Amino acid sequence: MKKLLILGAGTAGTMVANKLSHVLSRDEWQITIVDQNETHYYQPGFLFMPFGIYGENDVIKPKRDFIPPGVEMIMSEIELVEPAENRVRIAKDNRYLYYDFLIIATGTHPRPEETPGLNDKEWRESIHDFYTYEGAKALAKKLRTWEGGRLVLSVLELPYKCPVAPLEFIFLADWFFHERGIRDKVELTLATPLPGAFTKPRAASLLGDTLDNKNVHLVPEFYPEQVDPDNKVIVAYDEREIPYDLLVVVPVNMGAEVIGRSGLGNEMNYVPVDKHNFLSTQYDNIFALGDAANLPTSKAGSVAHFAAEVFVENFLRYIEGQPMTAQFDGHANCFIESGFGKGILIDFNYDVEPLPGKYPLPGVGPFSLLQESEMNHWGKMMFRWMYWNILLKGKEMPVTAHMSMAGKWN
Amino acid sequence: MSEREIAGKTVRFAEDGFMADPAEWDKGVAEALASEIGIAPLTEQHWKVIEFCRSDFAAQGDAPTLRRIMKVGGVPTKELYKLFPKGPAKKVAYVAGLKKPSGCI
Ligand SMILES: Cc1cc2nc3c(=O)[nH]c(=O)nc-3n(C[C@H](O)[C@H](O)[C@H](O)COP(=O)(O)OP(=O)(O)OC[C@H]3O[C@@H](n4cnc5c(N)ncnc54)[C@H](O)[C@@H]3O)c2cc1C
Repeated sequence: MKKLLILGAGTAGTMVANKLSHVLSRDEWQITIVDQNETHYYQPGFLFMPFGIYGENDVIKPKRDFIPPGVEMIMSEIELVEPAENRVRIAKDNRYLYYDFLIIATGTHPRPEETPGLNDKEWRESIHDFYTYEGAKALAKKLRTWEGGRLVLSVLELPYKCPVAPLEFIFLADWFFHERGIRDKVELTLATPLPGAFTKPRAASLLGDTLDNKNVHLVPEFYPEQVDPDNKVIVAYDEREIPYDLLVVVPVNMGAEVIGRSGLGNEMNYVPVDKHNFLSTQYDNIFALGDAANLPTSKAGSVAHFAAEVFVENFLRYIEGQPMTAQFDGHANCFIESGFGKGILIDFNYDVEPLPGKYPLPGVGPFSLLQESEMNHWGKMMFRWMYWNILLKGKEMPVTAHMSMAGKWN
Repeated sequence: MSEREIAGKTVRFAEDGFMADPAEWDKGVAEALASEIGIAPLTEQHWKVIEFCRSDFAAQGDAPTLRRIMKVGGVPTKELYKLFPKGPAKKVAYVAGLKKPSGCI
């Protein structure tokens, strides 16, 4: 029996476990997946919780419900990967799990303790985040009774998962305070280390205009060093300061500690891989998928989905000793919720920036690209259903893994 | 792509204004590029950062982020802002003859 070990049963790990369990022979392969947490969180839903659009039960399901029969699931913390021995030590019963092939899908995680003053006495009082379930819940409670003032959203480090989430948060906040009748009492500021609202020029310019129209103050190239919770200011390395009454942060995101501890990651604990086929640059029987990998594209569920398709096709060839011919192009596809029941869709890859046009989706679309529409909002809402029912289960989606230029205006 | 005469050499630049080929770089070019953006003279601390970035680029294929210069190169971010004020990651890449940092999204 050959052993395939998957570390992490989040979006990427669960998807590949499902896909591979259909195509690898059960007589020849034993597939095992390890995760420390019983609950699968629908992380894109964390964005909606602070505004009461989703409740707690909308974003959680048991992980086991998504692990296919025939795949062994172990609930345990992963302590150490020992690539030279082809084994992984887990906390449960101090066991070693041996593998022929290893897939690392341990994701990326918010690390508030990386920023001085953040994780201190004001954490979850006047300083919040929405990148965790607990954070989104606490912020929902806070916003229900907040009476207004300066709300500052600050992105603390690059890269972070779902690069459009801070923009969406601000758009939804604008709408939320409008509905509550206190928009005139709220000053909204978005501070980011990026030179604009997004990295790629055309999307940055459109999203920058949208911020202007909604009366949101954008502070670009703001790279925070620390928070001063007593004086309620956030301080950048270049000594600029932004005062706030309510600070919402996207904390420093880092890959799992076990990756760093095992010598498998870069300075952010991301696993260096070939950006076209996800094979580790250090070991020829280790792959990294999803947010755990050091890929020069967005860290997003949609990327993990497109990547998983390319990965499975290649993996079947690789285990037969054949070259990996499928090439991942960095395809990312994000619905950006823009408030007031509308959304914007962007579609891009390693080489092509988000362009305006139409995104054809058989049976449902088309969606407008780089432009606000109600249809795009419904796309975002539909995404949750697709996530639980299609994506995680590794079923075919009616979209291609590679980006297509069809419908885009150049 | 464009060409400019810098420190007695012909140097090629990409459209974004960063050098097109790190191999065309030398210390004289670095000094000229640095003074163009108001950083002069280059001190020992500047050179330490520039040299780290060049060797890291050679190994990784990307200009390092500030966190990487801090964690791997051992230079605190605060100091980088003093050496290369306002946008140190971009400025040091420019002076070191590397391509524009990708910005990680
Ligand atoms: C607020 C927010 C909004 C988002 N919106 C969108 C969106 O609209 N569209 C989109 O495509 N994406 C979105 N994302 C991003 C998306 O959720 C992630 O990119 C995706 O979940 C990545 O999947 P993954 O499998 O790589 O990591 P994860 O799903 O995070 O899974 C990692 C797993 O590894 C486990 N693990 C880690 N370390 C250990 C250890 N030591 N021992 C045991 N287990 C361990 C964890 O428990 C976890 O289950 C959003 C994310 C956030 C936070």
